[in-house]
Amino acid sequence: MSDTQQGARETAQGPNPTTNEDPSELEAASQLSTAPVEDRAPNMPTLGVIGWIRWFWRQLTSMRVALILLFMLSIGAIPGSLIPQSGKSPLKVDDFRKSHTTLAPIYDKLGLFHVYSSVWFSAIYILLFVSLIGCIIPRTWQFVGQLRGRPPRAPRRLDRMPAYATWRTEATPDEVNSAALSLLRGRRFRAHAHAADGSVAAEKGYLREVGNLAFHVALIVMLIAFAYGQLFKYEGGKLVVEGDGFANTLTQYDEFQSGSLFNSDTDLPPFSFTLDKFTGTYERNGPEKGTARTFQATVTYSNGDDGKPARKTIRVNHPLDIDGTKIFLNGHGYAVHVTVRDGKGKTVSDQYVPMLPLDSNITSQGAIKVMDGYRDARGKKEQLGFNAWFVPTFAGAGKGTMFSQFPALDYPVLALNAQHGDLGVDAGLPQNVYQLDTTHMKPYKDADGNLLKARLLPGETMKLPGGNGSITFDKDIKEWATFQIAHSPGDGWALGGAIAAIAGLAGSLFIQRRRVWVRATEGPDGVTVVEMAGLGRSESAKLPEELGDLVGQLHDKAPSAPERVTGAPEPAETTTAVPAAEGAEE
Amino acid sequence: MNLAAQTNENLAHISNVLIYSAMAVYLLAFFANMAEWIFGSRSKVGRTAAALTGSRDAAETAEAAAAAPSVKVRGKQAGGAGTAVLERPKVVVRAAAGARDVPDGPGASGGDEQGDMYGRIAISLTVLAFLVEFGGVLTRALSVQRAPWGNMYEFNITFSTVAVGVYLTLLALKKNIRWLGLPLITTVLLDLGLAVTVLYTASDQLVPALHSYWLYIHVSTAIICGAVFYVGAVGTILYLFKDSYENKLATGGQPGSFATSVLERLPSSQSLDKFSYRVNAAVFPLWTFTIIAGSIWAGDAWGRYWGWDPKETWSFITWVAYACYLHARATAGWKGRKAAYLAMIAFACWIFNYYGVNIFVTGKHSYAGV
Ligand code: HEM
Repeated sequence: MSDTQQGARETAQGPNPTTNEDPSELEAASQLSTAPVEDRAPNMPTLGVIGWIRWFWRQLTSMRVALILLFMLSIGAIPGSLIPQSGKSPLKVDDFRKSHTTLAPIYDKLGLFHVYSSVWFSAIYILLFVSLIGCIIPRTWQFVGQLRGRPPRAPRRLDRMPAYATWRTEATPDEVNSAALSLLRGRRFRAHAHAADGSVAAEKGYLREVGNLAFHVALIVMLIAFAYGQLFKYEGGKLVVEGDGFANTLTQYDEFQSGSLFNSDTDLPPFSFTLDKFTGTYERNGPEKGTARTFQATVTYSNGDDGKPARKTIRVNHPLDIDGTKIFLNGHGYAVHVTVRDGKGKTVSDQYVPMLPLDSNITSQGAIKVMDGYRDARGKKEQLGFNAWFVPTFAGAGKGTMFSQFPALDYPVLALNAQHGDLGVDAGLPQNVYQLDTTHMKPYKDADGNLLKARLLPGETMKLPGGNGSITFDKDIKEWATFQIAHSPGDGWALGGAIAAIAGLAGSLFIQRRRVWVRATEGPDGVTVVEMAGLGRSESAKLPEELGDLVGQLHDKAPSAPERVTGAPEPAETTTAVPAAEGAEE
Repeated sequence: MNLAAQTNENLAHISNVLIYSAMAVYLLAFFANMAEWIFGSRSKVGRTAAALTGSRDAAETAEAAAAAPSVKVRGKQAGGAGTAVLERPKVVVRAAAGARDVPDGPGASGGDEQGDMYGRIAISLTVLAFLVEFGGVLTRALSVQRAPWGNMYEFNITFSTVAVGVYLTLLALKKNIRWLGLPLITTVLLDLGLAVTVLYTASDQLVPALHSYWLYIHVSTAIICGAVFYVGAVGTILYLFKDSYENKLATGGQPGSFATSVLERLPSSQSLDKFSYRVNAAVFPLWTFTIIAGSIWAGDAWGRYWGWDPKETWSFITWVAYACYLHARATAGWKGRKAAYLAMIAFACWIFNYYGVNIFVTGKHSYAGV
């Protein structure tokens, strides 16, 4: 308890240099910072509602509560890193739900599957930021007051300050004081002479407080920038096959998300791009065989409805930036070219079909759909569907698996089975383009009554039984790339805030705020006694060093008077310089 | 092409040899440090007890001893004083009220001449090991033709090089930190031991996601921060020991002879506390920068600046924990030991962010794994 009180005084007034509470000494150390003073618990019976609200506010904006909230914020962030989060890995959340049937509902109640948007996590940081604002405003006022006021006058007993020096000189007190004033001002101290007691008071290092306030304000700027970005952002994904293009309208996106204040009809900037070429190369040897070495997409883009086309290579780490909208290269895979003919040999479909990778060697899966234009052997209108598996590097016939051995196109093989009937695309339900809905489809069987399937090399054809046509795996295999198109406004502000935060932090941590006093008085023997003292917010080895420097320079202007007593003036002797009444206190 | 691969393999081999050699030299430095502490135990100092239990007069003398900086100031001035000018007045330093005026211990050698000699040998060996290890990191970088920060093996060897570099730099700046030698070298050996056994990865190129100049900016500052936070954490642990030792003495307790012998030679708890505060405060802005640089990189690489990826989350937790610590030092009732506990928690977060997240938690950063 008493420890806390002692600490409270220190927070308010800097290191308390004495146990004897001389008011001038308390004043000397006051306002060396703007850190709030700790409040004791309120005097309950006398507090009205307003009193309680005020007390609560004082608590919320105190350093202790700020500390507790900060600590809670860091603890609260932990579960989100250990428990799967639905925003990031929904599949893992599903797995977790299945395997932990008792725990999952509890987690659900606590919002532990989306910690960073949960009520309690938001409550912590909102309280923290309310506290922060409630803390900064009064501190700023106080600081402005300190800037407009003068450094407090010298305490009566300078020798009780953390750093102290004294000497006797033949210069007059006025000469010493004016020399001190110009010396301190030359060293960029804010210095004032106090005529009443013939002393000079100086202070330096206000940038510490500026830095500290700037840092805390920057935190608020960053938070607002993030919030703004969340409301107005948009982001979407698009898969583009080589040679194809993309125009920035909502219908073109495979998936799209936007902040609640984003209007997708009017706010999407008009630009377009075409994927000219995707290049991927892979490590061929060593333990990291198969790891990607280059990974880049060359695009031609134009900004605006009639912008001039320009070429650009998008790589990982190097997105394309069109007026603040960034286009990232996310993933890639292969698109196989297939030609489907009907029984009469007429081409009914001729398309590039993107295959979705299942593993890092790009074993892929997809669906080939022939929606219209096809008639079966009897001339009946029908739809065709093919389940397809593709491997860029086949293990070799007889090796069984349809797993790719390497991500490059070394030995491409396409495996197919075929179905006919109704693809269900007209049912109006959203459908996955990469999967067949086989509820209204019938598989083709081969002569033995088994499921018809084939493994094709480029150029090979699979015949459908009964003269129902054929499908050809053509030799021109293309690559596709997925792009993430994202715009998050407010990033500039967040970055500016971050830079200001670092600068402010550096100022706040590396600059010392300190005071220096000089007092020159005429001693009883007519010789001037000079006293100099320094006080910082915290003890530091630099303070005595700096004072030593200042002492040296002032001493050059007001050199020591010839000694009357032998031996250097010891600090103990200096008490003689203080009026007798004070000395009696000891 | 093949020839280049051959040279690279040779360089990688040289790098490994250098790292093992550095370990051998660190081991010698470790023994020399031990010898320093052992020979130093012959001196019986007991100043702390004197300062804490003595009369007020004794405290006054201790105060004069604590005024170490003034000695320096005086020395400088005396040099400039020359002949005609009288000696400049000296600056007297007073400790704040409430602070224990305990003088710093004499250091590991305890003023013992033989101990001091071993201490000097330890430093020479540490310098040598540092150079060899630095060479190891450099040849590793040359062998892979990139920054040597692509996996945990490379992080570990760079990490200890930086930590020892910080220690040697502080020594070169004439800071009184020879007491750091033994704990530092011990953990450097541990760190390298882990690196060459569990974490070893043959040199190779980087995945495309790491092809960015941000690798140089973000990862290098992260390693520096880790090394400096580590040095601060050693200071904090020693502070906790020394503080409870002083507390015990102040309340009339009788610490064991081993504690007395070792702790007596350390700087005072106040100096240790100040040391770890300065070290932590000095890198905190750099750690802030590291996180911001990382999020800029994430923005370019993954299309979002912040996604609560485990690594990001733990960096944030570490950052907030250190911010807690800095706040605690300015908050009533939280100075001293409580603040020190916060500093330990913060460093534990850092360690978990490195070992824990890399090894046990999967996230976007997992390529930087073992
Ligand atoms: C968003 C959460 C916050 C963070 C991350 C944060 C971070 C920091 C950091 C790193 C420092 C160290 C700089 C120094 O020691 O000078 C600091 C100092 C300080 N903070 Fe905060 N802070 C936060 C909220 C607050 C709040 C809510 C208050 C008000 C109650 C506050 C008041 C202060 C004060 C007064 C100092 C200066 C202490 C001194 O003068 O030494 N901070 N803050």
